[in-house]
Amino acid sequence: MLGVGIVKGLAETARNFFGSFVDKERLVTVQFPEERLPVSESARNFPFLIYDGDDKEQGLRCVACQICEKECPPRCITIEKSKDKKPDFVGKQQFYPAVFDIDVSVCMSCQICVEVCPFDAIRMDNAFELSTTDRFAALLWSKDKLSLPNEHYLAIHPTEAAEVEARRAEEKAQAEAKKQPPVAK
Amino acid sequence: MQPSDQVFVLLKDWIVGQSPIMLQPGVSILLTVVPILLVFPVLFALTTVLERKGLGRIQNRYGPNRVGFYGILQPMADAVKSLTKEDIVPASADRAVHFLAPLVLLAVAFVPYAVLPIGRNMVAANLDAGVLFFFAIGAISELSVFMAGWSSRNKYSLLGAMRAVAQMISYEVPLLLSSIAVIMAAGSLSTVEIVEKQAGFTGIFPHWYVLTPWGFAGFILFMIAATAETNRSPFDLPEGESEIIAGYYIEYSGFKFALFFLGEYLGMFAISGLGITLFLGGWSAPLPFLTWIPSWIWFFTKLLVIVVGFIWVRGTLPRLRMDQLMNFAWKFMLPMALVVVVAAGAWRFLPQGVTRWLVCSVFLAGAYVLLARGVETRNKIAKRTYRFAE
Repeated sequence: MLGVGIVKGLAETARNFFGSFVDKERLVTVQFPEERLPVSESARNFPFLIYDGDDKEQGLRCVACQICEKECPPRCITIEKSKDKKPDFVGKQQFYPAVFDIDVSVCMSCQICVEVCPFDAIRMDNAFELSTTDRFAALLWSKDKLSLPNEHYLAIHPTEAAEVEARRAEEKAQAEAKKQPPVAK
Repeated sequence: MQPSDQVFVLLKDWIVGQSPIMLQPGVSILLTVVPILLVFPVLFALTTVLERKGLGRIQNRYGPNRVGFYGILQPMADAVKSLTKEDIVPASADRAVHFLAPLVLLAVAFVPYAVLPIGRNMVAANLDAGVLFFFAIGAISELSVFMAGWSSRNKYSLLGAMRAVAQMISYEVPLLLSSIAVIMAAGSLSTVEIVEKQAGFTGIFPHWYVLTPWGFAGFILFMIAATAETNRSPFDLPEGESEIIAGYYIEYSGFKFALFFLGEYLGMFAISGLGITLFLGGWSAPLPFLTWIPSWIWFFTKLLVIVVGFIWVRGTLPRLRMDQLMNFAWKFMLPMALVVVVAAGAWRFLPQGVTRWLVCSVFLAGAYVLLARGVETRNKIAKRTYRFAE
């Protein structure tokens, strides 16, 4: 019969209309700035540099090997190697980046820099509220803005970070063991 | 008659009386036209927020709820946004026609309000052929739609305009025929007289034409045709987003786009107002003990009810296909409207009582069932069988 389907449809939409006022379960909208969904552990956006301890300059893990700069497909990373050296976490003298810039307007969040880094120095952040009113300078992130403490990494990617921590602790123990014998003699 | 009912009429008369005799005709015209130019755009602003919130709730969303109290100031934000947008005219467009199209649409959208009785003694122009005037003006909106589609020099806008013209002309026929039934019953083309004919009561029932079998069928047909005339969902083929992006106003941006939007809604209010005037007793109260409420409140209440109906239908039905649209217009709407006209004539000449109710109802219901067979899809969905190559 012509029109029965229309009446059924109208009844259905009316049920949805009134139901949304009575039953809060129906409204699945998350009112974003006030309400937030928890960010998934696997959420990734743009890279950041990890430093250990409290000092951004001293604790920075990056040794300016420039592998990430060469591997970056859109070539958004700029690194300038330092002239002098500083000790890394096992006490070995290493270069450090004098300049480390990432142009996030070019970055495509592919995570290749993270995969190639042999020093666990660069990792993906999950921050997403990054809009600015400046299209150029504000989207070129310098070393200072990129450097974040290891605690931040432990907080946003706990499973992955635990693995890294375990590996680094092992490396450090091996380095200590190598150093130990001459001291013991 | 209460003074609250006539408050605007008395106010206008008083102001006209105060002004110098030379200026009185001008002041009188001004005081008639300006309220119409103010009230209906405000109603438009109200309707957009109502529509967006209503559709949101139908889809289990909140709808706009940020600007102002519960999003009530959303139209202001929309207006500011559309005013600050760049006004783009395509390089190969016909600039003059492209500019004129939204203006023509808007002008044409306002003119029909001249013959709509908004309340008792509240009509801008009581024309003897008011209904005819309404439809004559309404037909110009097709021209403006085609102007927009043609001058944009865009294949989608031209397709949209073609669809719009085909649709509007097809649905104008049942629209006119269903109102002819009322004109026959009222014996007048004047909107004021048609409303006055419906303003009485028998017992507690008003003399609205919608409360007769032919009037009910005519009202349904009228509202379906009105939906198609105003290009609203499910008849929004001229602007079908999924097919032709935005149809005839694809090349309009900024304020011109807003003007199209305004014109479309004004057209919707005007045709709803005519539906109210013809079938729902215009400004008359639905029950005899409610006549103390001013007549203009009744008109706007009925208008809002119809607008809510439009929004409800928009939130429910998917868009029709072009062949479905045309089949529905010519195979169902047109013959059904003719049947309504015949039924209205029979109603007039049959003796009052149960007999004519029975005769008219059975006649209309029979015609409905028979005509509905013509538009229903014949081929039932069955399990598909596949034939593979040997």
